[in-house]
Amino acid sequence: MNRITKKFTELKSQSRSGFIPFIVAGDPNLETTKELVLLLAESGASVIELGVPFSDPVADGVTIQAAAERALLNPISVKDILRMVAEVRAEECETPIIVFSYFNPILQFGLERFAVEAVKSGVDGILVTDLVPEEAEEFRTILTAKSMSLIMLAAPTSSDERLKKICEKASGFVYAVSRAGVTGARNETSGDAKTLVERLRKFTDLPIAVGFGISTAAQITETCKYADGAVVGSAIVAEIGRLGDSAHLVKGVREFVRKLLPEEFSADDLH
Amino acid sequence: MNYQPNERGYWGEFGGRFVPETLMSPLEELTSAYFAVRDDAEFQTEFLQLLRDFSGRPTPLFYAKRWSESLGGARIYLKREDLGHTGSHKINNAVGQILLARRMGKKRIIAETGAGQHGVATATVCALFGLECVVYMGTEDMRRQELNVFRMRLMGAEVRGVDSGSRTLKDAINEALRDWVTNVDSTYYLLGSALGPHPYPLMVRDFQSVIGKESREQFLEKNGELPTALVACVGGGSNSIGLFHPFLNDESVRMIGVEAGGKGNNLGEHAARFNKAGGGKIGVLQGTKSYLLQNDDGQIALTHSISAGLDYASVGPEHAFLQSIGRVEYAMAMDDEALKAFQILSQTEGIIPALESSHAIAHLLKLAPEMSPSQTIICNLSGRGDKDVNQVQEMLNNESQINKTGKTMADSGIKMA
Ligand SMILES: Cc1ncc(COP(=O)(O)O)c(C=O)c1O
Repeated sequence: MNRITKKFTELKSQSRSGFIPFIVAGDPNLETTKELVLLLAESGASVIELGVPFSDPVADGVTIQAAAERALLNPISVKDILRMVAEVRAEECETPIIVFSYFNPILQFGLERFAVEAVKSGVDGILVTDLVPEEAEEFRTILTAKSMSLIMLAAPTSSDERLKKICEKASGFVYAVSRAGVTGARNETSGDAKTLVERLRKFTDLPIAVGFGISTAAQITETCKYADGAVVGSAIVAEIGRLGDSAHLVKGVREFVRKLLPEEFSADDLH
Repeated sequence: MNYQPNERGYWGEFGGRFVPETLMSPLEELTSAYFAVRDDAEFQTEFLQLLRDFSGRPTPLFYAKRWSESLGGARIYLKREDLGHTGSHKINNAVGQILLARRMGKKRIIAETGAGQHGVATATVCALFGLECVVYMGTEDMRRQELNVFRMRLMGAEVRGVDSGSRTLKDAINEALRDWVTNVDSTYYLLGSALGPHPYPLMVRDFQSVIGKESREQFLEKNGELPTALVACVGGGSNSIGLFHPFLNDESVRMIGVEAGGKGNNLGEHAARFNKAGGGKIGVLQGTKSYLLQNDDGQIALTHSISAGLDYASVGPEHAFLQSIGRVEYAMAMDDEALKAFQILSQTEGIIPALESSHAIAHLLKLAPEMSPSQTIICNLSGRGDKDVNQVQEMLNNESQINKTGKTMADSGIKMA
């Protein structure tokens, strides 16, 4: 069983949902990203999403666009990111890690090569923002052979027919996009999210995480009532951007996450 | 061969749909709406009538006699898309898509623009039908195509400047996609070139094919035979595919697309996607698989061209396919060659071409003399140069290249008869 499945099984047995933070690899630099990953793992993350910065992030709002720009100030490759994950694993961190990317950087790295190298480094799955089920078959076959999860996105605009296709291709978990739009912090989660999760349950037994726009403790609590995980991206990324490449960064993010997480999360995971 | 994409929008290995899931339903809706009108006689009649009455089609096919003779080779015919309403071929696609948007009941139209010609065409058809119009444009392009920004605003469009990346066409498309993904229900994205996810490359090509259909008829009528070659500039690829497509099965007809060679061969200095030595490789950008200018990590490269309309890191997938099977050849014209061509056509024929079209003209300066006067070329004059005169004036003043006496064209390298 890979780490993702193991984690969600464990959460389920405790009747809990997961906290899934997203950060952009290389923002502000890869050494710091490594520290942040370790910190998030310690702070109660169930799964960590590691964004591959891309020059043309069409699905992202200004916060993550800016983070990608910061990360790309220095050359950074998929290879560098995987090497960093291997270093995280060397520190005996067993939190599931998924790579979150646009398709082109992975395509240039090589699909087969990605699967091989990602497994070696200790990555558990990948989510590709612009790879819909119709285009995903080749990559899915490659990943499945290596027991890597392919996390698929579902949107409120997806028809039932599409949700079915998405669930058939997905492994690990399904990522439900809370609203039509780009990434970015909001104070309220759209009612579409709950409806979408309910619709998805008809087609899959996989865990379902909700993301896009979750940025407060209240939203996390609310989301976890009906979903198996809540993804928080822009809120954390904005904090990283605000603190910048400073000595307080890691400490600051630790504080931020501590305040962000509702009590039921932090209490349990911080042994 | 029918040169149609498969049902997933692929020509060979190129095309497809690489978009966030949120856009898949709207794309499916658009595809079925488009296929419903594609063979609908009533829609096609409405389209052609509007092109005739509003836009002034058919555009002439003009024999550029003085210029051809001065080059001493092939006879060159110019397809005068510059004479259509709004001054470029972009109006053909805008008219087609606005009729479709109306059938789909959409009230809000968004578009991206590079040179501003597609933005102007979109603003124009929105004014015509009283629809809300938002145009995204890179701030670098707003600077160099100031006149078109004013034209769009004059017709009631909102122009939103885009400050990311190289602040050009690619960045404007990113922003338009972000708008669309956020406003899928109300909004129709009127994409301006043969680019993006299926069905756009097919739909834009179909609407622009009016160029090639007319050219073919006009040429046959004048000459009783087909042309030897076709030449057009390639930005996203719409004016060129529009000219080429109706000739693809005419095997004797040679076709050449001209990309922007910019100022050098290094990544960042040009916009020639098929220039493999210059960093062009297969990849996925903005919804489609095609040739891209990118670095080894798959990050999209900055591009450069003297002309905003050609300054783009990717190219329409049908071109990538036509290149891969060798049906169409792709060449480059450099910035300075295009600038020279801009002046030469102005001086020999009294036609000021757009800087985009000047790349095709520049290629003819080399190609035509290698051919014989019994041979013929149709060149797509995709737009007029009024929008570029300020920029060109500035560049020429700076380089003090302008031929003040107007007596000889020695410094533009052309032999006069
Ligand atoms: C006059 C003119 N020609 C050519 C182009 C390039 O676009 P495409 O390759 O789609 O014809 C543009 C784009 O703005 C244009 O304005």
